[in-house]
Amino acid sequence: MAYLTDRKRAHGLGASHSGTRQHWRMSMSSVALAILIPLFVFTFGAVLGGTYEEVVIYYQRPIPAAIAVLTFIVGFWHFRAGAQIMIEDYSRGFTRKALIVGVTCLSYALAAIGVLALIRLAL
Amino acid sequence: MVQLTLPKNSRITHGKTWPKPEGATNLRKVQIYRWNPDDGKNPRVDTYFVDVDSCGPMILDALIKIKSEIDPTLTFRRSCREGICGSCAMNIDGRNTLACTYGLDEVEGDIKIYPLPHMPVVKDLIPDLTHFYAQHASIKPWLETETNTPAKEWRQSIEDRKKLDGLYECIMCASCSTACPSYWWNGDRYLGPAALLHAYRWIVDSRDEATGERLDDLEDEFKLYRCHTIMNCAKTCPKGLNPAKAIQSIKHMMVERAV
Repeated sequence: MAYLTDRKRAHGLGASHSGTRQHWRMSMSSVALAILIPLFVFTFGAVLGGTYEEVVIYYQRPIPAAIAVLTFIVGFWHFRAGAQIMIEDYSRGFTRKALIVGVTCLSYALAAIGVLALIRLAL
Repeated sequence: MVQLTLPKNSRITHGKTWPKPEGATNLRKVQIYRWNPDDGKNPRVDTYFVDVDSCGPMILDALIKIKSEIDPTLTFRRSCREGICGSCAMNIDGRNTLACTYGLDEVEGDIKIYPLPHMPVVKDLIPDLTHFYAQHASIKPWLETETNTPAKEWRQSIEDRKKLDGLYECIMCASCSTACPSYWWNGDRYLGPAALLHAYRWIVDSRDEATGERLDDLEDEFKLYRCHTIMNCAKTCPKGLNPAKAIQSIKHMMVERAV
């Protein structure tokens, strides 16, 4: 136990002067997803149950492909940021840092797989 | 950090059931959390029976009656008995509120009374609010000015004064902060709804000249941005205030100066 004054405990290491940009980006990505998710569901739903050839031809068109790519990128960025906040809420120390690294790698890997798959379909 | 189970020495056991008062016909059963740091035992819940016909209408009246007539060892804070001092904040029937302004008739069935949640307990219904008060002090809850003090007074328009309504009324009872899951899990770093409401009260005060410095001090992932708009603070506030709205206003100001 350290002999710290109550004020010193309350101040801790002071303010990190960060968080506002993250808050703003989360708000912006939420707005983007509010538009993108219905568009993605609408476009993806249009070929759901179609044959392989039909799906390939559909995703060679620029608009459905662009909607899907943007949904993957913005969606997984938003997921990473949200998951990081949750990890920061519920864990501490090394576990916190390891989980943040893990969820960041997972999010960007899933986004990259989605985008590369769509590029392959489009080419 | 999140705690899903209580430590072994904090697990609550069944306590003593005190005898019913003789001759009483209109009884209410009151179950109260008890813990004495000196006896080394786990916390327990004691059961009392209060004759409502000879008791005042509020929960605090029942507590005072129990302490006066049944069990003088029952320990709780109280002072003004009219919702101004905030001393008697406790968890009543699952809600953080003031015992002096919460009526016996507002509780259906047995009345269950616990100290404010997730705070260290000093004894029985008394939480240790040291850190809570230190966090409040850390936001500098006073007027900060650089201009020389005017001869008569710091002037403020009626419109600017109105901006303080819904903020200045906070009595620092800690009901909101101790109802906030973010404060439960990260109370060491997150300032909590009460301190942030007070911070906004000074940020928005037209006479204060330290607005930028105040925002600088709050701009932190943990001090401010742990608020996830859960709204427990607004729901539980016994004064009907909305700390979540004040926190949101601080975030708006942060964005305003950054973007």
